[in-house]
Amino acid sequence: MFLQIDVAKKLKDFELKVSVRPQSPSLTVFIGPSGSGKTSLVRLVAGLDRPGEGRIQFGNETWVDTAAGIFVPPQKRGIGYVFQEYTLFPHLDVCRNVAFAAKDPGKVDRLLERLRIGHLRRRRPDTLSGGERQRCALCQALASGPRVLLLDEPFSALDVMTRRELREEVKCLKDELGIPILYITHDISEALYLADDIIPLVEGRIDRGWLKRTIAPAESGPAARRAVRETKLGLSY
Amino acid sequence: MDFSPLLLSLKLALCATAVLVVLAAPLSYGLAYGNFRGKQLVEAFLNLPIALPPTVLGFYLLLAVSPKTAIGRFWEDMTGGPLVFTFPGIVLAAVLCSLPYAIQPMKAAFEKIDRRLLESAYVLGLSRLQTFARVVLPNSVPGIAGAAILVFLHSMGAFGVLLMVGGSVPGETRVVSIAIYEAVESLDYRSAALMSLAILPICYGFLLIIERLKRG
Repeated sequence: MFLQIDVAKKLKDFELKVSVRPQSPSLTVFIGPSGSGKTSLVRLVAGLDRPGEGRIQFGNETWVDTAAGIFVPPQKRGIGYVFQEYTLFPHLDVCRNVAFAAKDPGKVDRLLERLRIGHLRRRRPDTLSGGERQRCALCQALASGPRVLLLDEPFSALDVMTRRELREEVKCLKDELGIPILYITHDISEALYLADDIIPLVEGRIDRGWLKRTIAPAESGPAARRAVRETKLGLSY
Repeated sequence: MDFSPLLLSLKLALCATAVLVVLAAPLSYGLAYGNFRGKQLVEAFLNLPIALPPTVLGFYLLLAVSPKTAIGRFWEDMTGGPLVFTFPGIVLAAVLCSLPYAIQPMKAAFEKIDRRLLESAYVLGLSRLQTFARVVLPNSVPGIAGAAILVFLHSMGAFGVLLMVGGSVPGETRVVSIAIYEAVESLDYRSAALMSLAILPICYGFLLIIERLKRG
């Protein structure tokens, strides 16, 4: 199954205009400076926003076609979406959160064990650590049996060690799931570690040169620029 | 002393609260999340009962439900009796004059819910109605309890609008606020004092119960 995205949408400061075709199974990373339209793009794929014009095609299903007036609502797309910050339902414990939209209730326990939060099943989200919450959010998204997985900076609010663990989980899941995964990050090392394809997005446009410029060999610039670059590379990893 | 006005007031307040919690929830939801033309006009209209003198509201209501109008005739065809000067009539009056007190706290509670929770529910496949039932309502319990408190107490204390629509029929529309007024009018201060004193712990007790509920 492929996903074909050709969309244009006016944002506040620039126009988002993207044409990509992430393959399945694969993990496509959208990377770029913050405010470059990454989240806006993923929201279009999820159906939470409508593009000004364009088409989004999943296999032989058309999700959006502005010319033909087609718009499939988010409910009908079969998507798993893990947001940047916690969006677990605060009134439900971990188990009920994961079971919230589960197709197969038997899968809930397997997923909880798989992401190693089985012992937390009776806890409410506000009693969990950030990492535990994102594990739960990932379980919740996976339990709904998604056909496409959208991960919008899922781990950027976490500390380095937790981020590394979860990054590892995603890498393993990628092979198990066999669905297209769109992954948003501004962390280059995370992108290099996970991605089958890296798509840099700068001011709403795909800019294949951006990554190269950002990680160009160190001797190409003065020491000050090198220092900036090394932080960007996330040497904490 | 005759306790029937007191019981009638309790019955009225409970009925009005039950009706309003059900009625105001979708209205508040529409006002909190809806994006339709004339939303401000609708909201101001629904808040009119706060601003209008109760007698004005009661007067319009009396005209609207009199047996000569379509609403009044419809009610008579359905039930065989008129709506004015009856218990259902004062329930309607209490519902109308307490409507803003139900809508305001509920709307505030709905608006406080993180939009991303709703979006998360949509992506997980829930319709708007399911999202309302499974995400919005359970996360608005304190707001809904707050609305219930206000509506209950406001209905217990309603006077002018009830008098206009219901008059003072013993056992039917003679609620405690009207009975107290009439007792004072006829210089029966003892009854007035007893009834006033009886209201106090009832109101206080209900506040305590609802506070408990709110804390879960």
